[in-house]
Amino acid sequence: MKNKNLISITDFSKEEQLHVLDVAESFEQDPRQRILTDKVVATLFFEPSTRTRLSFESAANQLGARIIGFSDAANSSTAKGESLKDTILMVSNYADLIVMRHPKEGSSRYASEVAGVPVINAGDGANQHPTQCLLDLYSIRKTQGRLDKLDIAFVGDLKYGRTVHSLTQALCNFDCTFHLVSPVELKLPSYVKQTIKDHKLEYHQYTELADVIPTADIIYMTRVQRERFADLMEYEKVKNSYILNKAMLEGCKSNMKILHPLPRVNEIATDVDDTPYAYYFQQAKNGVFVRQALMALILGAKQ
Amino acid sequence: MAKTELIVSALENGTVIDHIDSTQVFRVLQLLNLSQSSETVYLGSNLESKKLGKKGIIKVANHFFADEEINKIAIVSPNATIIEIKNFEVVKKTKVSLPEKINGIVKCMNPNCITNHEAVTSRFTVMQQQDGTIKLKCRYCEKFTTGENITFK
Repeated sequence: MKNKNLISITDFSKEEQLHVLDVAESFEQDPRQRILTDKVVATLFFEPSTRTRLSFESAANQLGARIIGFSDAANSSTAKGESLKDTILMVSNYADLIVMRHPKEGSSRYASEVAGVPVINAGDGANQHPTQCLLDLYSIRKTQGRLDKLDIAFVGDLKYGRTVHSLTQALCNFDCTFHLVSPVELKLPSYVKQTIKDHKLEYHQYTELADVIPTADIIYMTRVQRERFADLMEYEKVKNSYILNKAMLEGCKSNMKILHPLPRVNEIATDVDDTPYAYYFQQAKNGVFVRQALMALILGAKQ
Repeated sequence: MAKTELIVSALENGTVIDHIDSTQVFRVLQLLNLSQSSETVYLGSNLESKKLGKKGIIKVANHFFADEEINKIAIVSPNATIIEIKNFEVVKKTKVSLPEKINGIVKCMNPNCITNHEAVTSRFTVMQQQDGTIKLKCRYCEKFTTGENITFK
């Protein structure tokens, strides 16, 4: 995987994805491996994202790499009107790897075409966020002991949630069954459902969260955002339907784990945090190991 | 009308683009950049057609298109026929075929796509849908541009 770009989860084959997870596991056992001490990693955040940026920077720091970059386009020459192309060409001269987040869709793919160094997409608008997808796969495999033939429930905004789209596509390689819980306005887009059908897998659609709790191995929660509704009356009707609390978890499978890409607002009640089913904070921690693995593999420090 | 037909049929050398979807004649003209042509260009719209009901036709004198150039029109009119004429004789007749990739012509319909904000050549993979219409997948934002939303840069 040396010098490979990671822009979209489909840039990596199933085997490559599994290899990243294996290498991430080795970092979980031994996170402070100073194998990138001669490397410079640029983190270019054209829009703020504290969690993703800190996770990448922590991963790079633990491997001994140096970090340059910015956390907001206002602090970069973009504010002076510099094009993305020029910024990327300039940073390519200073760093061995570029990690970037940008509000425009397709910006990371374009950056990877002009950059002289590999690019990892840390989110391009509503399009792709492949490292989130890999850390989700890592979290699912770690908690369930496998990725194959699981019952995965996605809850909330399935229309705009990019993490749901890429994770669904990735899990299609593992014969999972999908349980899709959302308001009618925010159903999974047809092109993602088509991917499920192309793999000859099953999906079921629900509007009630309670319907999926007994069967799910994983409940992947997302936030239903008010601004997604054209009709605010509709939002008022559904806004409390997709909130998971401790009482609802009675009767769930003992192996069931709740994931969430974070930040959460109110969609998981805080009383769930202390149950054995809550896994979202560990999930965020796993992000560091997965990003260590990606940086080590792409920079050639791991095979 | 009879006179027009006579003039149009009397192409000595050049290319006839026949069986154009009657709603797409002007887009084909635009796609082939024929408004800039210094040759004689004939255009017929809403002509009767046994095959299509109504069709459009474009004739360009003294010009022959490269396959790569002419196949672009398949994205708006997949049934078009290309007829090459030399000395009043038909020397070649082919159907347009869908190209696999379309670069630099079509505008991505996603307003948040980087290709609409920076000087990036648009790149699409051409895919045919079950109903025969086509959709274009943007290499950058990965969104689909379809049907009437296909506009040119």
